[in-house]
Amino acid sequence: MVSLLDIIGPVMVGPSSSHTAGACRLGLLARCLVGGTPERALIELHGSFARTGEGHGTDKAIVGGLMGFRPDDERLRTALEIMDREGLDYRFEKTTLGDDAHPNTVRITLERGDRKSQMLGASLGAGRVLVTEIDGYPVEVPGNSDTIVLVAEDVKGSIARIAGLLADAQLNIATLKLTRKERGGDAFMVIEVDERPNEEVRDAIRALGWVKWAFRLDKVSA
Amino acid sequence: MYRSLATAIHDAEARGVTLSTVALEVEAKDQGRPVGEIRDALRRALVVMREAVDRGLVGDLKSSSGLVGGDAAKLRTGPDGPLSGTPFRDVLARALAVQEVNAAMGVIVAAPTAGGAGVLPAVLTGLASARGIDDERLIDALATAGLIGAVVADRASLSGAEGGCQAETGAAAGMAAGAAVEMLGGTPRQVGHATALAQQGTLGLVCDPLGGLVELPCVFRNATGAAIALAAIEMAMAGIEFAIPADEVIDTMGEIGASMDVRYRETAGGGLAATPTGRRLAKERLYDLKRAGG
Repeated sequence: MVSLLDIIGPVMVGPSSSHTAGACRLGLLARCLVGGTPERALIELHGSFARTGEGHGTDKAIVGGLMGFRPDDERLRTALEIMDREGLDYRFEKTTLGDDAHPNTVRITLERGDRKSQMLGASLGAGRVLVTEIDGYPVEVPGNSDTIVLVAEDVKGSIARIAGLLADAQLNIATLKLTRKERGGDAFMVIEVDERPNEEVRDAIRALGWVKWAFRLDKVSA
Repeated sequence: MYRSLATAIHDAEARGVTLSTVALEVEAKDQGRPVGEIRDALRRALVVMREAVDRGLVGDLKSSSGLVGGDAAKLRTGPDGPLSGTPFRDVLARALAVQEVNAAMGVIVAAPTAGGAGVLPAVLTGLASARGIDDERLIDALATAGLIGAVVADRASLSGAEGGCQAETGAAAGMAAGAAVEMLGGTPRQVGHATALAQQGTLGLVCDPLGGLVELPCVFRNATGAAIALAAIEMAMAGIEFAIPADEVIDTMGEIGASMDVRYRETAGGGLAATPTGRRLAKERLYDLKRAGG
């Protein structure tokens, strides 16, 4: 659902809402998958992102997002210098992801400690984004709400347990999607909630024996 | 949020309220936030818009590549044209100003996008200044602009990569025209006609940025986009009605964008970006950009 503040906004460092602000937001979302600034990242740009990204500061924006800078943070202008200073190992490559992929798509593979993850996301224009794949699982996360993503063994009652946990924490579920790559394989859950889940909630989910990993994707829109 | 301007106009007219009223109510319901909070966010956006206008009018900014900068100031202080001393010239200057800030990686409000960020602030602040219209009416106008842009996002696109410049400065012109008509006291139906009149004037507009930078012709498309918005506003306020409803004009924009060759959709592969001069400038400036580590 489009918000008025998606249109009148974001307040951002220029020059491009899709190639700068949107790119920054994708970096911010990817960062959540490893719980903080990644030490190593491979950033593969597709389509218009690849062809015109340099002039738009797309590289600075994604790197800035991975380091936690928001779209209106003026440090975005010097994000690459900051990256070098921090000794972060980020590499850029151009790639083609097929005609079906949105013209502004990026695949980010990132590592932090022993955590490794991969995200595919598109910048839709006007600063809006859509994460379309996490670790090979197809998703549709626009980042307009705080979102919990988790992978769990496909056990009966798992949704009820997690929904109960969230209800106990007074969190209202906006959307919940469960996908599996195959029956009996791992279940992947994407849960958009109306309020920010704190660390306790996330830890409680992780403490469930059949949950393999769980992360909170922070809301990136206004 | 509304997916049809016609429905929003119908709701507003049925209740005898402005489009901004229904837009803010629907937004409040969608997002679970009070109307006051949403208006506060729009108020903050207005502050950033005005700051960008003021910053750009100073005229000392050069873009990252050096290709654009300093032209807003020329409209302010340079030799007169036939429309000097009228809001027309002032609005053009404001549009260039915001875009020059954007091209220099300054802070702006994407409305709806950064590539088209000059149109709405220029038209609204320029006309508000000329008519002594207070900020609260401007904030309402921003809500109407948001409504129009949301309909465009839903029915067509707001990205140059999908819809060409039709989807950026074109959509911005539609938003600015509609919002300004409300601000100037026009009816919801007049807002609809103004939006249609602006959007019809930008159909087929390509996205052909030199070197892929949001500089040339982007900065100038914001000025011409603002000019088209002013034309639409003047016609709508005079009671002129466009035969095709705004929703259908927006759909047409989307359909044209979908059939547009990829070289006209933000890939710097066609249009002005592919002219002999365009290619030469891109090569020179991108080389400078790389050398400066910028």
